[in-house]
This record gives sequence, C-alpha cells and structure tokens, in this order.
Amino acid sequence: MPHFTKPTEGSWTEHFGLATEPVSYDDSISPEFYELERDAIFRRTWLNVGRVEQLPRNGSYFTKELDAARTSVLVVRDMKGRVRAFHNMCRHRGNKLVWDDYPREETSGVCRQFTCKYHGWRYDLEGSLTFVQQEGEFFDLDKADFGLVPVTADVWEGFVFVNFDPHAQPLREYMGRLGAGIEGYPFHLMTQKHTYRAEVGSNWKLFIDAFMEFYHAPVLHAKQATEEESRKLRAFGYEALAYDIDGPHAMVSSWGGMSPPKDLSMVKPMERVLRSGLFGKWDGPDIGELPAGLNPARHPAWGTDSFLFFPNFMLLIWKPNWYLTYHYWPTSYNTHIFETSLYFAPPANAYERLQEELAVVTFKEYGLQDGNTLEATQTMLESGAVTAFPLCDQEVMLRHLHKVCREHVADHQARQPATPVRISAAS
Amino acid sequence: MARLPAAFAELEPFTDWCLPSEYDRFAKRIDSSMDELQAFYDAAFPRLQESEEYLKGVALDGISDEDRNLLWLFSSLVTVSFPVEVWRQPRVPDSGASSIDVVSAPTP
Repeated sequence: MPHFTKPTEGSWTEHFGLATEPVSYDDSISPEFYELERDAIFRRTWLNVGRVEQLPRNGSYFTKELDAARTSVLVVRDMKGRVRAFHNMCRHRGNKLVWDDYPREETSGVCRQFTCKYHGWRYDLEGSLTFVQQEGEFFDLDKADFGLVPVTADVWEGFVFVNFDPHAQPLREYMGRLGAGIEGYPFHLMTQKHTYRAEVGSNWKLFIDAFMEFYHAPVLHAKQATEEESRKLRAFGYEALAYDIDGPHAMVSSWGGMSPPKDLSMVKPMERVLRSGLFGKWDGPDIGELPAGLNPARHPAWGTDSFLFFPNFMLLIWKPNWYLTYHYWPTSYNTHIFETSLYFAPPANAYERLQEELAVVTFKEYGLQDGNTLEATQTMLESGAVTAFPLCDQEVMLRHLHKVCREHVADHQARQPATPVRISAAS
Repeated sequence: MARLPAAFAELEPFTDWCLPSEYDRFAKRIDSSMDELQAFYDAAFPRLQESEEYLKGVALDGISDEDRNLLWLFSSLVTVSFPVEVWRQPRVPDSGASSIDVVSAPTP
C-alpha cells in the first residue's frame, strides 16, 4: 500500500508510457556505445558549463574541458557584457589557446585579449584575430578569416550553456516545461559556493542512476541516521512524492522530514546543536514564494526536488532554500569526472557558517558511499554474468535516462550516411 | 601566544585543528586515531553547544584572527563529529578508495 498517491495507471513507470521489463545495461559497458554517445549526445545537446557568477565583469573568462565532446571551450564575457564561447584553440597551428601550467587543467581569469603562448597570435574577446606575429611572412593571410571558432552559448537563469550543434533549438525551449517551472528561483542570491570533484570508475550514467533514485537511501546510508531512526526508515522504504518527465528531462520530488526533524532524538548531536544537516540549515533564509514547478505534489512534507536536465546536469533545490548541482563528465566508457557545487545565501555570522559547513560535509560523507558503490557496480556489469536488470517503480527515472540515451544514439546513427558497401570484383 | 578568543582558552591545546581548508580538516581526521578524535570532540563539543549566542555575534565581515581560528576549529569539529557520533572509525564506512575532494570553498 503506497504512502503517497500514485498515478491512476497504478505506477509512475506505466504513467509515463515506459516498459516494465528488465533493462539492459549494455549502454554502460561498451566502448563502442560510448564513442557514439560522444557525437550523438555530447555534441548535440545543451551542456551546462558554469554560472554567470564565474564571469563577474567584462573580460572575465573560464575554460572547460569537455573530453566527451572532444574539445575544450573558452567561455568569456565580452566587452559588451555578452557571454560567448569558443573552441579553445589557436587558428594558427592548433595550440590550445588558454591554459596555465598544465594544458589539461581548467583555468579562469580576467583579460582584455587572448594571446597564444606559442607564436603570440592575439584575439579580442569577440574572437577576432587582431595580431599575427611577422604577418608579412604569411601568404595572402586575411585575419578576418582566422577568428576563433565560435560555439553556441546561452544563459538560462544564470546557468551558462554551450552547444556544438549548429542547428540546436533555443536553450530556453530545450529546458522545456521542467525548466520553465523553476524560472524565477533566486539562484543569483546564493553566491556562497562550495565545489567538489571526484574521478569515478564507472560509466557516467551509473552515477546519475544513483542520484535519480532514493530507493537506496535507507539501506546504503543506514548508518547516517541514529539506529532507531534507521530501522524506521528501512521498514518504511522510499517512495517519491512525485515524478515528472518532459522530453529528455526528468525530475523526482522527495519528502524530507529532517529539516527540522519532528523529534530531536532522531538526529545526531551535532545536528541538534547546529540545527542543520543533509537537508541544510533547518531555518533557511526567507526567499518568498517558490516557483510553481517546485514541490509539484504540494505536499507539506516536501524536502527536495531533483531535476535532471539531459544529458548530465542535475539541479537539486532544497526546502530550506539552497541548491546544489551535479555534473557528470565522461572521460571513457567506464570513467567520468563528477563535479558538485553547493550554493547558499551568504552566511551573516560564524554560527550560520558552521550550519553551512555541516550541510556541506554531510553531503560529502554520503557522496563517498555513493561513489564507491559505482565502481563495484561497473566491474560486475562488465563481467557480463547478468545482462538484464529489474528496475522498480521508484527507479523510473533510470529507465527513462537509458531509453533517452539509446534513442539519441539511434537517431544519430540514422542521420549518418550509409557506409559504402565494398563490392568484391571477384566471382 | 593565544590563537583563540580568551573565552575559549582551554581549547588552545587543539589549535592544530584551526585549518582553513576542508581538504586539510578531512585529511587530519583520517590521519588521527579514534582516541585523538574523541579527545578533541570531548573538549570542543560542549563549548560549541554553549556558544550559539557568541557565534551569532561574530560577523564574518571583518572577523578577527582569533574568531576566524575559532571558526576553523569548530569546522574541524563538524568533520570529526561523524567518526565520533556515528562511524566509530575515522573513515566513512564502505567508502574504500573513493575520494571527493574540495576544489574551492568560501573563506569564510
């Protein structure tokens, strides 16, 4: 008997028209499939590469390594205040244009122009080539033909996106109904930012899987709660308040009885003293009315909504008025870089700063457990001993994600010209 | 020389926990024995418990060196509370070789 209402079809999975049979994870253990994903997904969808706060003034820039999309991008606020992106590459002989000591490490700063370390070619912030060393040595070189190669860039609610598809639909349209539902959230006020990074030995989709279902939470994270509370949580299991899907994007809405807890004995002594924990400060800042897309079930026990904006951008908005982002950047079929940033309204005093610290490190303690499980899953999936896996109704988002990935790859293959058939001259 | 505000003088023996980076706080926790973590917790936790009003009076804008040290010491206490209150070991159970490292954080 469900604790929270399910759709009339009887399950979320059937409500969204998804199949209910066991699912193949071939898409997570195949180098060939990953090579297809790079072109079909990472070069054809909007990728969130940062926030406007990283570009505070004209001339501010940062680089982003996008191994999955086979490039590095240079994102800059030009002298007119517009956010632009370019392939981070000098037009002369292909040197990476902007990097510090290590070419594979990301960097940021403020400048008036970009100068290549190699032969000193210079570009303005609009990407135009402005200076060529010993220009007279070149043959009919027209600088107008050798500007930086632009990448489509746009900003949604302060989040900076790039897209390598010249025919990409507009960003706001891409974000769809789920994006529209949270427009107006005061992301720009939450400028206190903590960023973490991990190299994870699993396919990128497996970590999204881990964070798009909370079915695991009462078990994997059992020891994070007090013993009695942990027993109760496990007996209760996990049910979402609501799920939603729009195009390739999805969201899960969850309850969160811990902010604040009904009973103080449910939580650890440090949480009682600092009135904070995994769900953040119990008494978060007042930010007025929430956008209509949050807490879609309008449930009083609402705790957090997790959005996956396809392919790899997750946004979690918490009831005590803070948010975090997850990004999963593939580096091979069975490795990826996981990045997370936690954003809070700036604390006014030392007590509030400690409340924030408890929320941040609690997240890290959970994340360490999540990350380790992924490597264990990846190695066994690769064994091939089992090829189909039953997913429950609380794992509906996983089913959707893997389906969307397979569809993108299939569409991409359908767009490719057929490989010419070699006809043998013999016979 | 005192590193903490005078009212917290008895925590002076623990000022090696006044570490501005979460990376260093976590690393020190992992490198400590449970006895060391417990001793720090037992000394500092009661002081945190009774200091809510004091800490609320410490504005982050223009924070003094002593109060900043106190903030980092209590931040270490937050990290240390996990082994002491739940794990009974310095490492996160079932976390094996996985690591999640801080890239940037506000100071404070």
